[in-house]
Amino acid sequence: MAETLTPKLVPKEISAASAPTAAPFIEIEGVSLYYGASRALKNISVHLEEKVVTAFIGPSGCGKSTLLRCLNRMNDLIDGVRIEGSIKIGGHDIYAKDVDVIELRKRVGMVFQKSNPFPKSIYENVAYGLRLHGVKAKSDLDTRIEESLQQAALWEEVKDRLHSSALGLSGGQQQRLCIARAIAIKPEVILMDEPASALDPIATARIEDLILDLKKYFTIVIVTHNMQQAARISDHTAFFYIGELVEFASTTKIFTNPAQKRTEDYVSGRFG
Amino acid sequence: MPDQNQNRRRSHGWMGIHRGHQARPLEWLAEKFIFLVSLSAILMVLLIFLFVAREALPVFLGQTNTALVQKPIPPDDLDKHSPAELQAYLELSPAQFAKMEKSTLRTLLEVKVEAQDEIPENFRKDPDAQANTTEWKYLLHPHQWSGYDHPESIWQPVGQIKKFNIVPLLVGTLKVTLIGLLFAVPLAVGAAIYVSQLARPRVREIAKPTIELLSGIPSVVVGVFALLVMASVLQGIFHYQTRLNAFVAGIALGFAVIPVIFSIAEDALTSVPRAYTQGALALGASRWQTAWQIVLPAALPGVFAATVLGFGRAIGETMIVLMVCSASVMSWSVFDSARSITTTIAAEMAEAVNGGPHYRILFMLGALLFAATFISNMIGDFVIHRFKNKLEGKR
Repeated sequence: MAETLTPKLVPKEISAASAPTAAPFIEIEGVSLYYGASRALKNISVHLEEKVVTAFIGPSGCGKSTLLRCLNRMNDLIDGVRIEGSIKIGGHDIYAKDVDVIELRKRVGMVFQKSNPFPKSIYENVAYGLRLHGVKAKSDLDTRIEESLQQAALWEEVKDRLHSSALGLSGGQQQRLCIARAIAIKPEVILMDEPASALDPIATARIEDLILDLKKYFTIVIVTHNMQQAARISDHTAFFYIGELVEFASTTKIFTNPAQKRTEDYVSGRFG
Repeated sequence: MPDQNQNRRRSHGWMGIHRGHQARPLEWLAEKFIFLVSLSAILMVLLIFLFVAREALPVFLGQTNTALVQKPIPPDDLDKHSPAELQAYLELSPAQFAKMEKSTLRTLLEVKVEAQDEIPENFRKDPDAQANTTEWKYLLHPHQWSGYDHPESIWQPVGQIKKFNIVPLLVGTLKVTLIGLLFAVPLAVGAAIYVSQLARPRVREIAKPTIELLSGIPSVVVGVFALLVMASVLQGIFHYQTRLNAFVAGIALGFAVIPVIFSIAEDALTSVPRAYTQGALALGASRWQTAWQIVLPAALPGVFAATVLGFGRAIGETMIVLMVCSASVMSWSVFDSARSITTTIAAEMAEAVNGGPHYRILFMLGALLFAATFISNMIGDFVIHRFKNKLEGKR
């Protein structure tokens, strides 16, 4: 098992993959993924930086969510999935034989498309992950829970009803609770799979503000269908098309001056 | 001309909205038919309950009498007594009594006096022979019968003095049912968690139908197995004295109940949204932690419903208990024999005189069973609703 996935101190090198090159934190190298016989990801190589928001965009079925789920090995749960290539986070190969997925998922949190708070109280929702990772004392729990709810911009709305069911919250509040739950255990990376696609514009705006806020502390990878959203919140954007990485560059470049014709067609709304 | 044509077509088109159920007569017919079928099911339950209650009613009204020695009514005093008194004295139903002519009644009274005369003198003095053992104090409280040195609860419906204390039967039922549930619930729910959450698809495809197949085994077969094999094996392990006892019956009962609980609990666990599981796993929970801490609590209403249904099945199961143990001893020890209510009804109904006190009391037991199942279902329903509301954040 990896002793500790200390990020930092990854030697600067000339990236094999395209575009933005500071110190790569997540190194995806020649990754192909098969569902049974069909190949969902085709030889993808891309390096993501630390404390930066990277957006994965592309039409449905292009493999962006699949790649996201490779980063915390959620694809392991699906039968008949096979992965080739290597993914390193903070210099550690997360598909190495001795990796403990539980430790990995503690460091790589995830927020899903549909908000999925547990059918427990608001307090218990956040406490669950903390307890899993050894925070037991009531006072520690209380402070960590308040902290993460503050950070997820939810504290003011729920502080008087921490012990009522999380399912009584609105959709946007539920999603922010899920974010609070993910950041409570202090991961290094947060994966977001279309976190605002089921929300109304106001709730979406709040989530977006939150993401901009969180990038100070976390490396964020977000999958989105909404190109304006990608333009608003991300620093780097990767465009996928039918299992291939078409282009990876800074968000400004992708949206103003893409190198590839297909990227331009997609971001200008000609297809997808 | 074309204008008129169009008008007519439109008005024809709108005619349809006035046709009501005639528009789809077959659907209407099918709907009414299904309604009648479901109504008849409810009616059946109601009729059964009314039948049981009617047969049991004399016990509740105190119209049954088992006293051997009664103050005789001389045939000549026929006119001095009210019809109700005579009817009770002769143990006749109102319908029977109404059909009788005076001469027949007179003959019956004479027969009765002769019967009283035949009772031996020493027996006549026994206070038990004068007691009506179908009174509530004999049914529920221990009584010191003549020849016993302390009060005892005894179910002994055959014999000169019939003893109808139902407490041993209630205790027996409770003992056997609780042992059955204590054995079955953890196993069935554990198996349901394993099959629905932890097993690989291949294992699930084999395990689920196999466990559910258990419910297809006739209870006689389970009874034979328990009687011949399990009783000896368990005795070898626990070294109790009575080979056939409530413990063995309870465990055997558990086998009959497991598939019922398993099947429903498994459905409840499987229908917990995968989003919960994914959320927990993404937080770094192991599959066991996810199953125990997230999925099971979310499925608790369903698992509880499964348990209530299992309770209903256990309390109603007759054959296994009848075969494994059926002595009606008054004892709370699980290693003593027990006789459950259903067993008693099954074993004794055929021998009980139609309309006699024994028959009435058996029906009273049936009514009790009916009430117990009804109440347990009501409580179950209430608790399930509470659980659900709590989970969904409603008050």
